[in-house]
Amino acid sequence: MKHVSEGGLPAHLEKQRTRMFVKNAAPEHTSTVEAASAYAASGLENSFSIERFRRDFRVEIQSLSAEEAVFDLIGIDAALANAFRRILLAEVPTMAIEKVFILNNTSMIQDEVLAHRLGLIPIRADARVFQFRGDPPDDPNEYNVISFRLQVKCTKQRSSGASPGPAVVGCAPSTAGSGASSDAGLLGSRVTSGDLEWIPQGEQEERFRDAPIAPVHDDILIAKMRPGQEIELEAWCEKGIGKTHAKWSPVCTASYRLLPEITLPKPVTGDDATTLKGMCPTNVFDIEDLAGVPTATVARPRNCTMCRECIRHPGWDERVLLTRVKDHFIFSVESTGALPPETLFQESVKVLMQKASDIATLLKDATAGQQSEP
Amino acid sequence: MEVEVCGDESAATFTFHNEDHTIGNTVRYMLNKMPETSFVGYSVPHPAEPKMNLRLQTVGPPATQVLHEALGNLYQVSEHVLKTFEAAVAKHRTEQGAPELR
Ligand code: SF4
Repeated sequence: MKHVSEGGLPAHLEKQRTRMFVKNAAPEHTSTVEAASAYAASGLENSFSIERFRRDFRVEIQSLSAEEAVFDLIGIDAALANAFRRILLAEVPTMAIEKVFILNNTSMIQDEVLAHRLGLIPIRADARVFQFRGDPPDDPNEYNVISFRLQVKCTKQRSSGASPGPAVVGCAPSTAGSGASSDAGLLGSRVTSGDLEWIPQGEQEERFRDAPIAPVHDDILIAKMRPGQEIELEAWCEKGIGKTHAKWSPVCTASYRLLPEITLPKPVTGDDATTLKGMCPTNVFDIEDLAGVPTATVARPRNCTMCRECIRHPGWDERVLLTRVKDHFIFSVESTGALPPETLFQESVKVLMQKASDIATLLKDATAGQQSEP
Repeated sequence: MEVEVCGDESAATFTFHNEDHTIGNTVRYMLNKMPETSFVGYSVPHPAEPKMNLRLQTVGPPATQVLHEALGNLYQVSEHVLKTFEAAVAKHRTEQGAPELR
């Protein structure tokens, strides 16, 4: 039987199979037709074959920076794209502060709130070279724990070399940039992530010589203090996943959208073209001179947010067709900074592969066990 | 993981412990795309219970065998996605002339 992707469906059905339609009232034809036998009545099959997937699947990188990656996955189904997205959010491991041993905390902020704030600080450490501590937890060692110390005290700044006297009003070096007048004349009133000091365990110093472990950002405010207050604690980072707690999520956001496709069934010319261009808030349309007639063209379809403004006015829904390509995903992955975003996506795919093979093994064991039972 | 096989071999309910929609929906999709499948569906009975049930009815072959095949497909698909993605990143780097970040 011929496969449905090789053609054979009537044009309008083919369009409904591969596109979703954005209409004024609601989106239409949003689902994917999955069942292998869905088109059997038309003499077409709709099954999956790895050969076909290998032939058709494409990846195009749009932009890549240390923090964000934008790329297109073309020729894949929502079920799989969504699995990658979910894994990125919740199942790619990172390191985060999990245990806080508070030796002294006389600041305004309560111990448990302080510990929670510490947990959320992104740590620049490659979780792939660490191990989970498990449940019950393994003994801490250099392969499953990163240790930090925080020891800060707030004092009044005194004029240099002077005997005890009135506090000098002025911005202390460590509070530079704070700008808040209430911090004036105080030393160490702002406790930031930069105050966390890494205490290498065992051979960690050697192992991470090239990329010393530290918070990703130095300027995350943890607490504010007044003179005389102090915080002294030790914090342990452990390996974990976002499913357990969001602090282990390696991404700020990981999302996808379908490729917008805007078609003008009939040329839109003259004043109408100007109206159309003016209607779009994201500047999707351009006006070009085609044979002396100013004609609207779809210049930047990727800008489209599917806001439907261009089809809202009477009659326009027939002149502009808004569709999205069902198997073209524009992914955007923004890392918290521990690992580059492209590495995170690779890790997410590896997690899915691991899951598939683990389940296959478990399934084999489970059925073997069942057969041996009386 | 637990597997429960009811009635004849061609229909089974599989219980996956500590799994959710991530694997539920992907496996359901892979199975749905196989001609051997006549029905497949999954559910997470309660969001607070780390459990996912998959019901599979085949047109004849043993359900476990079909599920095995689907998992194999899923593995191969991911493997190909990974390879293609790595190649695309490498290509992008050469085009941009950007060095490896780390
Ligand atoms: S839907 Fe909105 S963003 Fe898209 S082309 Fe129309 S007006 Fe522009």
